[in-house]
Amino acid sequence: MLNNHAKLERNAIGFVIAIILVGSIGGLVEIAPLFTIDDTVEDAPDMRLYTPLELAGRNIYIREGCYACHSQMVRTLRDEVERYGPYSLAVESKYDHPMLWGSKRTGPDLARIGNKYSDQWHTAHLINPRDVVPESVMPRYAWLMRSELQYDDMDLHLKAMRNVGVPYTNEMIENAVADTLRQATPDANNAFDVFERYGDETNLRYFDGDRRAVTEMDALVAYLQILGRLTDAAGAMPQETAKISDEEPGQ
Amino acid sequence: MTKAERDPHTGRMTTGHEWNGITELNTPVPKPVWFFLTLGTLCAVIMWILFPTWPTVESYTKGLLGVDQRSSVEESLKNAAGYRADWTTTLESADVAALQADAAIMAHVGKTGPRLFEDNCAACHGVNATGAKGYPNLVDDQWLWGGDPDAIMETLRVGINAPHQQTRNSLMPAFGRDGMLSVEQRRQVVSYIQSLSTSPGADLEKVAPGKEIFIDHCASCHGADGMGLEASGAPNLTDDFWIYGGDIQSITETIYNGRQGWMPHWEGRLSVADRKLLTLYILELGKDPK
Repeated sequence: MLNNHAKLERNAIGFVIAIILVGSIGGLVEIAPLFTIDDTVEDAPDMRLYTPLELAGRNIYIREGCYACHSQMVRTLRDEVERYGPYSLAVESKYDHPMLWGSKRTGPDLARIGNKYSDQWHTAHLINPRDVVPESVMPRYAWLMRSELQYDDMDLHLKAMRNVGVPYTNEMIENAVADTLRQATPDANNAFDVFERYGDETNLRYFDGDRRAVTEMDALVAYLQILGRLTDAAGAMPQETAKISDEEPGQ
Repeated sequence: MTKAERDPHTGRMTTGHEWNGITELNTPVPKPVWFFLTLGTLCAVIMWILFPTWPTVESYTKGLLGVDQRSSVEESLKNAAGYRADWTTTLESADVAALQADAAIMAHVGKTGPRLFEDNCAACHGVNATGAKGYPNLVDDQWLWGGDPDAIMETLRVGINAPHQQTRNSLMPAFGRDGMLSVEQRRQVVSYIQSLSTSPGADLEKVAPGKEIFIDHCASCHGADGMGLEASGAPNLTDDFWIYGGDIQSITETIYNGRQGWMPHWEGRLSVADRKLLTLYILELGKDPK
């Protein structure tokens, strides 16, 4: 057989078919698992969506390259679960386009950072990390406090997310720009409408403590405070795992 | 096309092609390449048999070893809890006074406490628990919500102004920003507060009118004597301990903007044993501050 390649190489149609066959193996390996995704990835029906302000914060997180030093993925290892909390589930990033799991930790993992520290701490830490953690090597992001958030196009961001499968409603998209302002300005008119659209658990605060403007700091802190808080699926996991392993033969 | 012939330099056959006098050697693939390729394929096949690999129509191949990362992490967590059970069960059941007298438990607290504190508390309160502006010192003898073990445990559980249903609430109003006190009134009350403690620079003429404003606006939380009230988490203003600073500028800022400090709640993130261990650790640090 090893010496028969000469025959194949001299037959144009045969060679093209061979290339297609070999090439399709790669495609098959990537596509076939998607057909079983309902059985292999858990569902979280209670999962809430990113609000426009949090989505804007996520965009800043991406813009500033936070993912280069911070992962958002607690692996299934004892030390990680004991330090950060329940291991990450695939479903937790189902509205993340793109996902920000990351692969390098110069800083700690952020998958469970939401509600772990106060807004005040996050703001102080982003302005100058050394003020609160003297041994930190993180760069300063003080300008986030000074630059006003550009949010007049948040409806388009929500629309783009809807195009890739995030179930934003028409009402959410129509109110996206106003909701961005409302979430960071609890005293504003109709601020509580945000609860109606995104759930009672939504954080409505002056995130950076500055009441005069909605800054990029507001958006980023709002995003950090929601990390790991979109669903409780991960916290309820041990029982689920037990159920899965019971079904497995030979356990 | 020329005939395949033996190359005199290498002793190999040529392919039989010839391009302007240049011929091509038909060298076979070297043996080591075949060897490692076969070995690699063999290893892969063994792995496919042993570990979860291929998707099937409804599920995936589970592998003979039955390896599942989720159950292995659950198992290692369970084992770890088992190793610790001999002292964590005592930690959960016994009361704090008994635990403080138990040298074996306190040895565990001394070993595990620092890691737990660094991972969760040190970001705000500092590695030595000495606090910073806005974050209370935990090793002094001043406590906003009470310094007995039960009070500390409760603060850890529900937090302060945190998103927990039963959180402790303490909101100092923004007397300046919300227009409750005029500039002059604020100056007067700042002077009075300075006169309560050893903060220097009090304007003595303003102390008397300041006291009246204090009684009207501040005493309901801080007490008529300014000694604070643990029930509302209002700090004592007559001592030398200041969370947000005791100089004239800091006090003025506090009265203008109010203060709504936020301590996170740890129920759901840390277990009862973890929180008790932290309480013991903080109390121990307070005995002998670094």
